[in-house]
Amino acid sequence: MNALRLYGRYAAASIAGQMQYPGAFALTAVAQFANTFVGFAGVWALFARFGHIGGWSLGEIALFYGAISMAFAIADALSRGFDVFGQEFVKTGNFDRLLLRPRATSLQLAGYEVRLASLGRLSQGAVVLAVGIWLAPIRWSLGDATLLAWAVAGGVAMFYGLLILQATLSFWTVESLEVVNIVTYGGVEAGQYPLDIYARWFRDLMMFVVPIGCVGYLPLTAILGRPNVFGAPAWAAAASPLVGWAFLGAALVIWGAGVRRYTSTGS
Amino acid sequence: MAQIRVEQLCKRYAVAERQPGAWGAVKGLFHRRQRVVEALKDVSFSLQAGELLGFIGPNGAGKSTTVKILSGILRPTSGLCEIDGLTPWLHRIRHVARIGVVFGQRTQLWWDLPVIESFELLRDIYRVDEAAFRRTKAEMVERLRIERLLDTPLRQLSLGQRMRCEIAAAMLHRPSILFLDEPTIGLDATSKLAVREVVRTLNREEGVTVILTTHDMHDIEALAERVIVIGNGVVLRDSSFEALRAEALGETRLVVEFAGAPSAIDIPGVSTRTREDGAVELAFDARRMPAHALISRIAAEHDVADIHVEEPQIEAVIARFYALHGAAEG
Repeated sequence: MNALRLYGRYAAASIAGQMQYPGAFALTAVAQFANTFVGFAGVWALFARFGHIGGWSLGEIALFYGAISMAFAIADALSRGFDVFGQEFVKTGNFDRLLLRPRATSLQLAGYEVRLASLGRLSQGAVVLAVGIWLAPIRWSLGDATLLAWAVAGGVAMFYGLLILQATLSFWTVESLEVVNIVTYGGVEAGQYPLDIYARWFRDLMMFVVPIGCVGYLPLTAILGRPNVFGAPAWAAAASPLVGWAFLGAALVIWGAGVRRYTSTGS
Repeated sequence: MAQIRVEQLCKRYAVAERQPGAWGAVKGLFHRRQRVVEALKDVSFSLQAGELLGFIGPNGAGKSTTVKILSGILRPTSGLCEIDGLTPWLHRIRHVARIGVVFGQRTQLWWDLPVIESFELLRDIYRVDEAAFRRTKAEMVERLRIERLLDTPLRQLSLGQRMRCEIAAAMLHRPSILFLDEPTIGLDATSKLAVREVVRTLNREEGVTVILTTHDMHDIEALAERVIVIGNGVVLRDSSFEALRAEALGETRLVVEFAGAPSAIDIPGVSTRTREDGAVELAFDARRMPAHALISRIAAEHDVADIHVEEPQIEAVIARFYALHGAAEG
């Protein structure tokens, strides 16, 4: 059975497990939906007052906001195993169990749990994205739609890589790593807006260090037919979500180094 | 040719020493004092296919380190280990596909899923084809008597029931080697016997090589023909269980209760001690002086109400063995 089908089996098992507690699932999903929805309601309130933010209309902002929010929600739903990795696997020694199975550890962790509760954030992201598609001041072509899907997919890969990197730190320390959330959650928050509203250093950080700009800002400006602040040509902006996949690849390589460290030192 | 060959395994860890207090924790972020712990100094042995090896030693002796290296989840500092032609830590994925591992204290099944669904997931993880899976599953279900448990979520099973399912799960991909780590810990008497019975059958009838680590000497007594005692990171003894027992029998005890007033027993090679209840306890070497000879001699010379032999408890023997080698946990 190949890795992808096995992943499907894992996902099905995880969902069956969570359905044993339907109340908990429903509550968390609703809470997540409400939480992120309130976030966007705040943005809407700003527009109601000022009309534009840094030259961007509400529809355009909704496009940025929805695309990044959805990408993160998908990555988040599929990465629960990495999220709880330090606490549930390294501290307890349960990682040994994964090493005893003839499959890549990253695949097993990815399959550990498909978090249904993330459906709340996901559906909220989808609603905002739909608003963006509807309000954005362009005529949608098939190419635009493809590029949008391509950007979201790149975003999923990039955020997944970020969550893997966060988990990898647990091989070196099992101390609480809340501080790393600044990068993930902070990155999501900041990436939900067009990067040109930020100061230069922060823009560069979001582009070249944690390349959220490559999966949000650049391809979306290309769709909207607007120039980007980095001066990248349209074709490069369209190709830039590839960087998200490269980032995921790099994260997996670093993960491998972490596993090698674990097997040398034990738990 | 040996199935498992282990030569001069050595494992050293650097352990960060924590300094006490909050300030110590802060300092620890920047500078850590490290202490080197030698978990394994020199461990060598080899094992033929189909053997059943008991692996014992006090806590911290290096048992689990050795088992972790053998099962491919830890790489040693130096030394060689070859199992069916593979080096576990270099060929992890190929190696673990051929072994089964049961931890008494840790589950490999999914907590919220019915047992059968866990089995099916393991089938896919280990790439077992459907026909072979059905055959093995049917066989294990029968051997372990778990038919009625298959549709129950794991969390609703008792420990004994769970352990039977764990062993079945570990066998689904037909491993040629089975590692059992404290498989009877916390089990009631019936479940312990059931687990031992199954392990014995898998070993004798199906030729599965078994490596058993345990603190329960009754497991060892019931199962292992060969025992390796490990202490302070070295192999203290590698012998048949019978040889270990014979060494234990170096000191057998005879308890004599007198009908009237106790009289002194003075026989060379026998040490005596009067118990609080007035009975006299004699310690002697059963290999030099058979118990029956000693009993008839005492019965002839003294006015005896009762005599019985106290076999040394295997636990006491092992404890003495650890103490003798300075291997007891400090």
